[in-house]
Amino acid sequence: MKPSKDAKNIHVVICSGTTCFLMGASELFGIEKTIEGSLASRITVEGSPCMNLCKGGSYGKAPFVRVNDTLISTATLPKVIEEIRRQASL
Amino acid sequence: MLYNNTATHIRRELLVKVASLALKGLLKERIDRVPLEMIPKGQPSIRCCIHHDRAVIKYRLLAILGFAMEKETDELRPLSSYAEEALNRSRVDEGPVLTVIDEACSACVQSHYFVTNACRGCVARPCVWNCPKKAIQMINGQARIDGSLCVNCGLCQKVCPYHAIVKVPVPCEEACPVGAISKDSQGKEHIDFSICIYCGKCMNECPFGAIVERSQMLDVIQTLLSGKTLVALVAPAIVGQLPGDYPQLVTALRALGFHKVYEVAQGADETIEHEAKELVERLQGGEPFMTTSCCPAYTRCVEIHVPELKPHISATKSPMLYTAEKARDENPGTLVVFIGPCVAKKEEAIQSGKVDFVLNTEELGALLVAKEIDVPHCEPSTILNTPSDGARSFPIAGKVSQAVAQKVKETVEGIQVRPIVVDGIDRQNLKLLRQVIKTKSEGNLMEVMACQGGCVAGPVTISKPMAAAKKIEDWIQKNTTQKSKTQEMVAIEEKTLVGAR
Repeated sequence: MKPSKDAKNIHVVICSGTTCFLMGASELFGIEKTIEGSLASRITVEGSPCMNLCKGGSYGKAPFVRVNDTLISTATLPKVIEEIRRQASL
Repeated sequence: MLYNNTATHIRRELLVKVASLALKGLLKERIDRVPLEMIPKGQPSIRCCIHHDRAVIKYRLLAILGFAMEKETDELRPLSSYAEEALNRSRVDEGPVLTVIDEACSACVQSHYFVTNACRGCVARPCVWNCPKKAIQMINGQARIDGSLCVNCGLCQKVCPYHAIVKVPVPCEEACPVGAISKDSQGKEHIDFSICIYCGKCMNECPFGAIVERSQMLDVIQTLLSGKTLVALVAPAIVGQLPGDYPQLVTALRALGFHKVYEVAQGADETIEHEAKELVERLQGGEPFMTTSCCPAYTRCVEIHVPELKPHISATKSPMLYTAEKARDENPGTLVVFIGPCVAKKEEAIQSGKVDFVLNTEELGALLVAKEIDVPHCEPSTILNTPSDGARSFPIAGKVSQAVAQKVKETVEGIQVRPIVVDGIDRQNLKLLRQVIKTKSEGNLMEVMACQGGCVAGPVTISKPMAAAKKIEDWIQKNTTQKSKTQEMVAIEEKTLVGAR
């Protein structure tokens, strides 16, 4: 899926490198089904190859998710959904 | 319980740390610091205090090093000393693969029913009326259960119109289908290994992560570092567990240092072949039905808990054993490592003597992370010896019996196989298994999987079962399309050749 240029669209990139996958990214796919319907239509979800954020530890811990320009470390479904809601209300 | 939780995260982080230190040759030197790194000063503690948290981390590391908690004799012995012993051992200590960290076990209150504040003290009082032991009284306008009289029948909970009565379970005891885990006089849980079937359910259900698997990861790392040749046998369930696809995983495993990689689905093809033959013989011999034998938790369960079913279990070997035999034949002198999502397979491997080590999904993941091998970045390897679609579908519940039925259909006329599937061994299905002999069933091939959903829902998995199953199906689909395309091309080429002649 390609990010839409529509300003309302929220682009969610889930890192699917081995580290992120092991630390829980596998559970984050399917977020479209978990989030409320009104937001589900506004998000595009994409898996990304390793974003190289896990090395060195300066960005926090895996798994990493980007919601537009916001980086979330130790990402969980509630954390990602909260960020999507925050951006949707802007 | 959702398996992606804090207990799981801690375990995976520790596995990565141990793998990373071991690969760098720093394990003995640094391992004593790991509990401090994991639980640093100044952060809120999970348990009563950071010291307790650190003690539990120490015991988790002990299991990762391969030791059973029950063997600890000196509490002061540091992890570095255990690490040294582990690094120098030539064989993994035999004995049960599961172990309970008593320091982590919270000694849950004995399973009981409890009236919450949602009780309205209603006029009807169905709880009082329905309690067969007259254990409920109204005190200060609310129902109260007298624990000395209550027999945990649960009727009061069922009849309460306000859902005010809850069952407070002991999660591990609740999860164990065979009643193998129970409390000692201190309230701490112990597993009776003479009746445990190693399904791994208690391990996943304990909210304190007190039940752990003894790892053989370190032994695999040491063997890889020593330069000895190691062959990996990859369970078909693994395809759904890691990012990237199977041909990339093969490259990743070779980068880890494995000499050769075998798909256990190859052995599954053998299993299908033999099991189909055996089923036909048994049915022709007048037997009413046969059951599959590839799930080791199920076969052990029958052995101990439903012995009357034993004669009906197929004598065919499991895909792991067929693949191990093949790997040993083709690579004399090499050591064989099985990689899968199962606890019971580790026990089966130890007992069989044909598999040297077992790695679970998480341990494989930890090894890859520690060696900084990203599977989706690996070049795909060419896969020779492609197993059948049926064999690759083995980890999905129902597919084993389907494959065997299909084989019979293709090879023998006049025999109709009617598969039935027992999807998951829980208490209810255990009852069902006990009745199978007595009741006349429609089916003549019974598939039993200890994990509901099949191996894709195994006790040590990373992906959600549905997602894992879909990934496996997609990969099979992709291969079938490729295969038929190649066949088409061959056909076209042949035609052209014929035409040219």
